[in-house]
Amino acid sequence: MNPQLLITIYKVVAWIIEQVIQRRAESSPQAKAKIIQQRRTSAAWSLVGTLTFLIGTLAASMFMCVDFVFAQDGKPVTDDQVNVVAKQLFCPICENIPLDVCPTQACAQWRDTIREKLAQGWSEDKIKDYFVQQYGERVLAKPRTTGLSLYVWVIPPAAILITALFFAWYVRNARMKTAAVVPASTEDEDDDYSKQLEKELAKRR
Amino acid sequence: MDSPISNIPSPTTNIKRILGWVAAASILVALLGMIAVKLIQVQQGQVSSGSAPDFTLNTFDGKQISLQSLRGKVVVLNFWASWCKPCEDEAADLEAFHKAYKDKGVVMLGADYVDTEKEALAYIKKFNITYPMGPDLGTKMSQAYRIKGVPETFVIDKQGQLIKVIVGPTTSKDLSQIVEPLLK
Repeated sequence: MNPQLLITIYKVVAWIIEQVIQRRAESSPQAKAKIIQQRRTSAAWSLVGTLTFLIGTLAASMFMCVDFVFAQDGKPVTDDQVNVVAKQLFCPICENIPLDVCPTQACAQWRDTIREKLAQGWSEDKIKDYFVQQYGERVLAKPRTTGLSLYVWVIPPAAILITALFFAWYVRNARMKTAAVVPASTEDEDDDYSKQLEKELAKRR
Repeated sequence: MDSPISNIPSPTTNIKRILGWVAAASILVALLGMIAVKLIQVQQGQVSSGSAPDFTLNTFDGKQISLQSLRGKVVVLNFWASWCKPCEDEAADLEAFHKAYKDKGVVMLGADYVDTEKEALAYIKKFNITYPMGPDLGTKMSQAYRIKGVPETFVIDKQGQLIKVIVGPTTSKDLSQIVEPLLK
């Protein structure tokens, strides 16, 4: 994950919240006193949002292809054809190295296996299924969209969605609070207000 | 000046706010928990004691051997691969050990870790290996035993308890010293 991207996400979320608060504050000077508190809260929410995005992506990564079928026409399978499949697979014994560029002996053997299977007319999907059966799901460059692998696809968008919902909820709350702040009043108005309040309270007694 | 009423947060607002923070914290904790579990698993190292994880080895000659079916025998489970040079150093010794103990209640098994069948069979032929060997399909066995590399050898007693983990190449002599007390 690029740290610069995270910083940018954080800044964007913080800026949006800031703008919402600022606009509310401009329309109601009395709300300015609340800005510091709201800024703190907005910074916290920005942090929460960014963290959720980061951790969601991380969790997903701690866990599509075009389907070609090669005819058995007797022509030798080229390196390019092998690499089309190999780049969709990862070396199971090295860290994060695609099979097409992996220099180990094991990877060379697996590329030879791909070549043999292609020569036998196996499709890409069939070869990948074979590799999954032999070495497990982790060899796939792109996890499948079924079974347990599904969470890899679900968690990052879910994290973003949840963050967006929290953000929307926070903005709505901030807006309602600002709207509830009444403009500065004169003493007379305060008196009127107090009288009205007393009157209302008296009715309820 | 703010309205006196607007300054007092209603109980519903407070509850909503608290619920919001609790939900956010729960999501973060859950995601962090997932990462922590994975990190702990990675840091744990090999399974080195307790009940040996069960497995079924599908051998290259088409047989199925489960650990469960070997209760009452000492099992020596070796993880290897044809691309692993240190594995070649111990291959002859493991075969010698198998020949010496196969009639004494010791079962030697070879689990071929992330390998290709053609090269694995060539390896077996090259070292004249006669004990059962099969691929670690889907790396299920190696994950269950949490191996860190090959070769690694696990010695399991007659009751299915893990007695010893040997990381790196071993010898017939070393294996004999470990296995002998288990046969008494």
